[in-house]
Amino acid sequence: MGSLLQVLFDALSLGSLYALGALGIALIFGVMRLVNFAHGDVIAACVFALLWPSVDAVAIIFAGNLPWYLLIPFLLAIGAALSVASEIVVFRRFRRANPATMMIASFALGFVIRYFLLMLFSSRPKSISLLPSLSQPVEILGARIPLLQLITIAVTMAVLFGLTTFLRRTRFGLEMRAAAENFTMARMLGVRANRVIMGAFALSGALAAAIALILGSQTGTANIMMGASVMLMAFIATVIGGMGSLAGAVLAGFLLGAIATVMQVILPPDARAFRDAFVYGAVILVLIFRPQGLLSARGTKERV
Amino acid sequence: MMSASVARRTFATPVLLGLLLIAFALVAVAVGSKPFNQTIIDIFLKVIFVVGLWVFVGNSGVISFGHIAFACLGGYVAAWTTIKPMMKGMSMPGLPDWLMQTEIPYWGSAIVAAGWAALWALIFGSVLMRLSGIAASIATFAMLAMVNSIYSNWESVTAATSSVVGIPIIRSIWPYLVAALISVFAAWAYGISRHGLALRAARDEPTAAAACGINIPRARLIAFVISGAIMGMGGALYSHSIGIVTPDTYYLGLTFITLSMLVVGGMGSLSGAVLGVLILSTLIQTLRWLEAGVQVGETTIALPGGVQEIALGVVMILILMFRPAGIMGNKDLSLPKRAALETKGPKSPRT
Repeated sequence: MGSLLQVLFDALSLGSLYALGALGIALIFGVMRLVNFAHGDVIAACVFALLWPSVDAVAIIFAGNLPWYLLIPFLLAIGAALSVASEIVVFRRFRRANPATMMIASFALGFVIRYFLLMLFSSRPKSISLLPSLSQPVEILGARIPLLQLITIAVTMAVLFGLTTFLRRTRFGLEMRAAAENFTMARMLGVRANRVIMGAFALSGALAAAIALILGSQTGTANIMMGASVMLMAFIATVIGGMGSLAGAVLAGFLLGAIATVMQVILPPDARAFRDAFVYGAVILVLIFRPQGLLSARGTKERV
Repeated sequence: MMSASVARRTFATPVLLGLLLIAFALVAVAVGSKPFNQTIIDIFLKVIFVVGLWVFVGNSGVISFGHIAFACLGGYVAAWTTIKPMMKGMSMPGLPDWLMQTEIPYWGSAIVAAGWAALWALIFGSVLMRLSGIAASIATFAMLAMVNSIYSNWESVTAATSSVVGIPIIRSIWPYLVAALISVFAAWAYGISRHGLALRAARDEPTAAAACGINIPRARLIAFVISGAIMGMGGALYSHSIGIVTPDTYYLGLTFITLSMLVVGGMGSLSGAVLGVLILSTLIQTLRWLEAGVQVGETTIALPGGVQEIALGVVMILILMFRPAGIMGNKDLSLPKRAALETKGPKSPRT
C-alpha cells in the first residue's frame, strides 16, 4: 500500500511539472500558433534570477534570500516580464509568418537566452538551497512522501483551478478563449489582439517561473540546461494533447508523468536507464494512431 | 528517371557550388596552416550535414529537428568499425565478436555509416512520415532525444556519455571535399528526379498533389532515407576529423547550428543550403577568433565566451524577421510577382 501510494505521488508530481510546462506552451500556441521553444530557457533564466552573476562554482545567492512571500511573487514577475519582453522584441514581428518560421525563431531566441546565461554564470551547475524546509518527508499511510511533492501537486491543482476560473469567469479569459478559437473573428468582434497575446505570454512566463521554483527546490541546483528536459516532455504533451487544447495539454502532461513513473517501476533494472527512450517511443506510437492529438482543439485542423 | 532537359537547365547549380567548394580547398592548400586546414574540413562537414538536412527539409517543407540523430548513428559506426580491436575491447566490451574484430578504412566506415543511418531513417521514417506540420517536427525532436538517450546510456556498446577515443584521424582535406561534392550532386540529382519534384509539389500544394496521385508519405520517406544516408556519412567523417565521439557532440548544439545555416541561406534552394554554411562558418570563425582574443598593441581584447552563439542566434532571428526565405530565397524579391513564381513553381532551385 505504502509503495503504491509512493508511485502515485511520484507520478502526480512529475506529471504536475509536465502539465505546467505544457500549459505554458499551449496558451501561447492557442493565441498565435507559435511553438515556443524558448520556454525552457525562460525557466532556466528564472532560476538564475535568484543568483548574482558570477562564473565561480559557488553560487552567490541574491534574490534567493528573500522570504518566501516576497520570493514567489518576485520570481513570477520576472518570468512574466521576460516572456512579455520576448513577445515585444521578437515574436511581434512574426505575427504574419508561418508557424515553421516562428518555431525556428523561438529556437534561436532560446539559444540566445541560454548562452547569455552561460556568459554570466558559466555552464557549471551550481548548488543552491531554495526553500530547504520543503525537502523533509511526511508520513502518509506508511509512505514517506517529500513535503515538496505534496506542495507541487497542491500548487499545480491550485494553478489549474485558478486558470480555469480565470478563463471561464473573467472577461479577459473569455477574450483569450475566443482568440484561441478563431483569432481573426475575435479581432473583428473587438478583442484587442496585442492585449490578449501579451496576456498569454505573461501567464506563460509566470507558469515558467512556477516550474523554476519547483525544479530549483527539488534538485537544489541551478543549471543552464535545466529547462530543456522538462520542455521536451512539455512539447510532447502539447502535441499528444492536441495542439492548442489547454485541457488536452494538462491531461497529456499527467499521462506522460504517469507513463514515465510506471516505466521506472516495471522496467527491469538493466532497461531503466532507457526509460526516456521508451517514453519517446510511446509518444511516436500515440501520434501514429491519433496524429491530431488526444483532444484536438477546434480550428487547428488543416483546412482545404 | 530525371528528365534530360531539367537536368541540363539546372546542371550549372551543383557545378558552381562544387567549384566554390574546390576553391575553398585550394585556399586551404595555399595557406597550408594546420588550424586553417581543420577549419576548412569543418566547413566541408557542415556542408554535408546541411545539404543532407536540405534534401528532406527543403523539399518537403517539414522542419526536422532530428536529423542530427542520423549523424550520431553514423559517428558511432565509425567508432565501431575503425578503432583497433584491442582498444575497442576496453571502451566498448559489449560489441558482438565479429564487429569487435572488424577494422576497415575510413571510407569504408563512411559507406557503412550511410547505409546504417539510411536503414534507421527507413524505420523511423515509415512511422514519422505519416505526420505532417508541427506534429511531425516535434516527433523528429522526440526521435533525436530518443537516440541521444539510448546512446548516452548503453554503456557496453557506446561507452555511455564518456568519449570513445582511438578513431583514426584523417587530416587531409580531400576526402571531406569529395564527400561534400558527392552530397551536393546527390542532393541536386534527387531534387530534379521525379520523386523530388513530386515532393516539392506536395510541399506547395498538398491537396492538389495528393489529387494528382502523389503518395505524400512515400515521397517524404524517400527524401528522409536519402537525407539520413547523407547525414550518416557526414557523422562518420565528423568522427574521423576529431578522432573522438560522444553522444552530446551530436545533440542540440549541432542541430541548432545546422538548422540556422539552412535557414540563413534559405531552405528553398540547394545553393541557399551551401551558401548558408559558408556565410555562417565565416561569421562563427571570426567570432571565435575574437573570443580567443586579438592583440591590439600591448593589450589583448577578447569577447567573453558564449558571444559566438548569441551572435548566431541574433543573426538568425534578424534574417527570419527581414528575409524569411533566407539570403538566397529572396534574391529575386525586387520583382515580387516573379519571385513568388520562382519559389513556388515546380522548377528546380536556381540561384
